[in-house]
Amino acid sequence: MMRGKPDEDDYWNSSKFKAFTFDDEDDDFTRLKESKRAVNSIRSLVEEEDEEDDVEKVSWSGEPVGSISWSVKETESSIRSTGEVRDQSFPKIHTAPSLPKNSSGYSLSSLFKGKAKTGSFQSFSESFGDPSIRNYAPELRKPKSEYKDYVSDWTPEETVKRMQQGKVYSLEKFRSLQDKLLLLDEAVNAHDGNVITAVLIYLKKSLSKEILFRELITREIALRHYIHYLKEIGEQKLLVELFKSMDRTEDMALMQYRDHLNVRDENKRRDFLKNCLSFPFSPDDATHVQDHYTLLERQIIIEANDKQVESSGQADIFKKYPRKASILNMPIITTLYYSCFYHYGESDGTFSSPANIRKTFRISDKQFLLTCLGARAKLKAWFDVDALFTTKNWLGYTKKRSPIGFHRIVDILQKNNAPVQVLQDYVNLVEDVEQKISLAQKYKCHDVIINTYRDLKDRQQLIVYRGKVEKGSSEYRKIEEILSNSQLRWKN
Amino acid sequence: MAHSVRRDAPELPDFSLLKRLARDQLIYLLEQLPGRKDLFIEADLMSPLDRIANVTTLKQHDVDKLYKVEHKPIVSTSDQMVRGCFLYPLTNWFLFPDVVNADKYYVILSVYFDISYSYFDVTTDEWSFYLLPLDDDIISLELPEFFRDYFLEGDQRWVRTAGSALHLLHSVYGPFSKVYGIGRCSKMAYESWREQVEEGEQRARQAEIGNVFLIDRDVDLVTPLCSQVVYEGLVDDIFRIKCGCVEFCPDVTSSDKSIKVMLNSQDKVFNEIRNEHFSQVFGFLSQKARNLQTAYDKRSGMNIKQMKTFVSEELKGLKQEHRLLSLHIGASESMMKKKTKQDFQELLKTEHSLLEGFEIRECISYIEEHINRQVSMVESMRLLCLLSLTENGLLPKDYRSLKAQFLQSYGIEHLLTFSNLKQLGLLVEQQPGETLTVMESRVGKLVNDKTAGKLTDAFSSLAKKSNFRALGRRLNLVPKSDEEYDLRVPRDMAYIFSGAYIPLSCKLIEQVLERDGWTGLEEVTRMLNGHEFAVTAGSNGSDARVKTDSQRIILVMFLGGCTFSEISALRFLGREKGIKFIVVTTAITNSARLLESMLDNHA
Repeated sequence: MMRGKPDEDDYWNSSKFKAFTFDDEDDDFTRLKESKRAVNSIRSLVEEEDEEDDVEKVSWSGEPVGSISWSVKETESSIRSTGEVRDQSFPKIHTAPSLPKNSSGYSLSSLFKGKAKTGSFQSFSESFGDPSIRNYAPELRKPKSEYKDYVSDWTPEETVKRMQQGKVYSLEKFRSLQDKLLLLDEAVNAHDGNVITAVLIYLKKSLSKEILFRELITREIALRHYIHYLKEIGEQKLLVELFKSMDRTEDMALMQYRDHLNVRDENKRRDFLKNCLSFPFSPDDATHVQDHYTLLERQIIIEANDKQVESSGQADIFKKYPRKASILNMPIITTLYYSCFYHYGESDGTFSSPANIRKTFRISDKQFLLTCLGARAKLKAWFDVDALFTTKNWLGYTKKRSPIGFHRIVDILQKNNAPVQVLQDYVNLVEDVEQKISLAQKYKCHDVIINTYRDLKDRQQLIVYRGKVEKGSSEYRKIEEILSNSQLRWKN
Repeated sequence: MAHSVRRDAPELPDFSLLKRLARDQLIYLLEQLPGRKDLFIEADLMSPLDRIANVTTLKQHDVDKLYKVEHKPIVSTSDQMVRGCFLYPLTNWFLFPDVVNADKYYVILSVYFDISYSYFDVTTDEWSFYLLPLDDDIISLELPEFFRDYFLEGDQRWVRTAGSALHLLHSVYGPFSKVYGIGRCSKMAYESWREQVEEGEQRARQAEIGNVFLIDRDVDLVTPLCSQVVYEGLVDDIFRIKCGCVEFCPDVTSSDKSIKVMLNSQDKVFNEIRNEHFSQVFGFLSQKARNLQTAYDKRSGMNIKQMKTFVSEELKGLKQEHRLLSLHIGASESMMKKKTKQDFQELLKTEHSLLEGFEIRECISYIEEHINRQVSMVESMRLLCLLSLTENGLLPKDYRSLKAQFLQSYGIEHLLTFSNLKQLGLLVEQQPGETLTVMESRVGKLVNDKTAGKLTDAFSSLAKKSNFRALGRRLNLVPKSDEEYDLRVPRDMAYIFSGAYIPLSCKLIEQVLERDGWTGLEEVTRMLNGHEFAVTAGSNGSDARVKTDSQRIILVMFLGGCTFSEISALRFLGREKGIKFIVVTTAITNSARLLESMLDNHA
């Protein structure tokens, strides 16, 4: 039995790793298939006796009947039909000003969205805004009993402890900067992120940002909590100011750049990216952001053009291979692939030509070749594939060259369903003989195998191979012919 | 399968008790809102909830309907009134700025709303459901966000949760006699737990768990980034096990629908193959299939009476086994197909070379090509991180070029992802001058170490200047490559990676348990950035009970997640040493989950 690639065999044999392969032809796989067949043959036996099977319900079925997930799905489907009408009847709690707007999926107000007609809720929502009450959480009441031991002069330590234990507490009494910072430091010492952030929220409300920023610089842990908190509630602006005040300009630039993801419209996104160009990125990142802007700018042009060409039915290529998706916001390499697919052979001057994209985005030879090869092979444009590798020397002889090993090329071609005639040309170009033979065997390139054995003067192998090909086939005859050639000097 | 099993391994404690505790508390809380009510459940909580309660239980306690909490209006069956309880995670606790309490995992909001009187009442309560036993020896906190929150963002919101989890385990199965740990977060979790112990009252009881080992995920980031080749790990890598349950696609079930299957020790077939190297699984499955065939064939020569006994006694078991067997065969087959397609062999070869520090240039060009061909983005990132972790960072020129190619292939917005990876130290650039400092410190140390052999060894290693390499040598993580490794009879934990690498995390655990502390591992801990500790619990002197079984039950807590491969390795270690490990983890992780949590390419 032949196994995959010879270089792998080398590796496995030379090292401690017991050969263990995932190749189809491997013993294990065959064994597995056999067991599957065996088990499947039993299936018919089982099923005929399978009238009532309680095993199924207990340990098997996808969602066991009676499970919670199953039940939730049931309710969902039953309310879908009536849902629309009912929407109206459920009132909404206005998003209270103090509750941070956020992009996360959880928010109290989001639970109760609906069209409210009653004005009576105004008073309820207003109470959200009143800071003095809010700290006792009237909207989310705790059982009354918990208020019993309420006193107001807890030390920072006691307060933190109470916060950790989920008891009622008040931060309002920490008025001076010094008290507030003591409280913050105490929270940090308690290693409880939630308490740290709760204190930070209080400081954010009660301190000017300049002072808060200044104090946070020397408090790394609190600072990271604060940054994370601002990120989660989406207070972009404040975050930018914070980074700026701390001279973390690269973080600031990336933070602002991140916002482009929220811009859906491509033209607006392009403009946004253009605006990003002036941010203080690291030199490398600045190049990437510049690329990002250029890329989207071009994609917009290409998209508009191709969409129009496609709908007008002018170009065959779009008729034959309709575009599956828009090219907007695709990576550079995908754009290159697209260009090699739809715009091959265009002059360098056009934005959509492969050569132009290659140059603009400084795509390496290797990368360019791989992408181009993939696209042309997909179109079965074997002539183009050929041309990719052909170089002429000064005498006018042509030769095939490649920046990547030809065994890889064969692999890519094969994955694109290249016919044997095409494949064998490239198999032949594989330098390593062992590898060449194993590839040829994998892809049934008989000629390559036969010629190689002939060139190696390996009579034994040729005889072995004769046994593997179909009797009377052209390969068979070719082997016969070579074996009976008395001119050849065999090594064995 | 053939393992040298020590017979005297102790019995594991019964963790179903944890489920009962959580369920009882839930019921108690539901009854705080008397009368019929609906229950609104946050989506992520549904699977864990399913593990501890079912609809019947809830109905018995006046729960009328169950809903999923979604980002849309709630519709009740009654036009006039909503009475319900909301089960809500505290992850985004800042929505409840006044209910700050990380200790409690879930909030129950009791809501009573009556439109005709415009009466609205909301109260909150906390449901401390933070330990979900996934199997006999695995307990999960089901906090996949822990990794990003703590290690990337530096947010300690889960530290107290971890401490409380320990506290709960300690009060139910303790008292523990010794605690070892490494990592900043482990230390904090330990502190938090200790404080809670001091706050509460102590009861004297028979300990069921002896010792505890706490470990931060960032002590060993290499292991979770390796391809898993042990059956359970591979299933997780390919099909993703969620909450102890996997959904097998039609491809596996050879039918037109996918099915969900619980994967745990109750599944007899699975239980026998879960810890095996994938290459050993086929042999086992075909043997099983043959046995099954024989068992069925017995029927042919039976008389009526024998047949009756057969049907009543054996048939059910056989059917069950048959079902399991065909399922796992289907899964193996499907995994084989997937892995063959993506040249798994070559991928593993590259990984092993990285671990060994062998032919790094070849590895880099393999990774480069992987990126160029736009093969799976997460996989490319995984290889880049492995390269960086094993080589102590990439050379600036490689870093720049690989990053540029990555952005070209997968989208420039991954600039943000790269910034995250850098922040966490998963993918970094070597700093100029770093070589020198490493050299200095090493040479400085070696002056006292007069052995000439060690000196040359250190010098040759200087070229590689990597902590991973140094750790690997120090702890023998990468076995000598000139020996055959027989996967049928694993000789050490390296079998989980085809004999190529002993997971650092598990090796540390082994070493510390063996030495009963960190003595002799000073150099190792220095390379791991310190924060190691070993504490003996105060009053309960361990000497009195050294002999008891509980001393041989070790609880290992991973802060930031652990992989199935690591669990398999620990089970192996346990069998070898006659001890049992209980793994408590913030979540089950693998390379994909870990890296996906680093992505920042979406709005």
